[in-house]
Amino acid sequence: MPWLVVIFLLLTAAGLYGGLYLAPADYQQGDSYRIIYIHVPSAWMSLFIYVVMAIAGAIGLVWRIKLAEIVAVSSAPIGASFTFIALFTGSLWGKPMWGTWWVWDARLTSELILLFLYLGVIGLYGAIDDKRVASRAAAILALVGVVNIPIIHYSVEWWNTLHQGPTVTKMDKPSIHVSMLIPLLLMALSFNVYYLIALIQRVRVELLQRERNSQWVKAMVLENKQ
Amino acid sequence: MSVQEFFAMGGYALYVWPSYGLTLIILLANIVIPVLQRKQFFRQSLKQKR
Repeated sequence: MPWLVVIFLLLTAAGLYGGLYLAPADYQQGDSYRIIYIHVPSAWMSLFIYVVMAIAGAIGLVWRIKLAEIVAVSSAPIGASFTFIALFTGSLWGKPMWGTWWVWDARLTSELILLFLYLGVIGLYGAIDDKRVASRAAAILALVGVVNIPIIHYSVEWWNTLHQGPTVTKMDKPSIHVSMLIPLLLMALSFNVYYLIALIQRVRVELLQRERNSQWVKAMVLENKQ
Repeated sequence: MSVQEFFAMGGYALYVWPSYGLTLIILLANIVIPVLQRKQFFRQSLKQKR
């Protein structure tokens, strides 16, 4: 764990130094584009965590593996956080560049639906007392919501939108300069490591609460007494 | 680049820094909340033992 935190801090420091200080201002957007270094990695994480949550949920459904169930439900609040960050920072970027905080276009709306899907999974899991049943219900909702993932990804190509198209994942060369691309990728890596750290913390709590009547948790509680 | 220039963000400080600030708060909260929950779990479990 501590070494994960060290890796996270190093990646973040390097990414922010490269993105906020070394990289030049954008020729069209000036310094406002620097929001990209958290906006884009957050948006990527919002999709990635959703897929992880759905896969873990499916594994829990099919093979009844408790740890998979716990990984799925523990991912939901972290994914919701990244979705909210992507929407919020996008709004703060949209205001000076588009002249509006929000538009109801395909990219923004489908990302908002993603937030509601996460909140739905969290709410559904919390509403059912039997956590094994709750996990199954949450996993089914998560799996149904997977349809939204390709919609978000392709929304900027399928529909007319204010949101700019992909600049990094284009099939040919990415249309972003390497001095901006490297910090962006560093931040994406840092957010992935962060997800791992935050996930481990949540899984530990969830596991303790679910297994509170088991011998090993009781032993841990007693040991903690000293 | 001076320190003031850096923080001015070419006139976009009002958009750039709140983005980073809120991100920091949310990411910190996602670590702090489960850590507190774990502590609370041990505290409550001990209380029930007595």
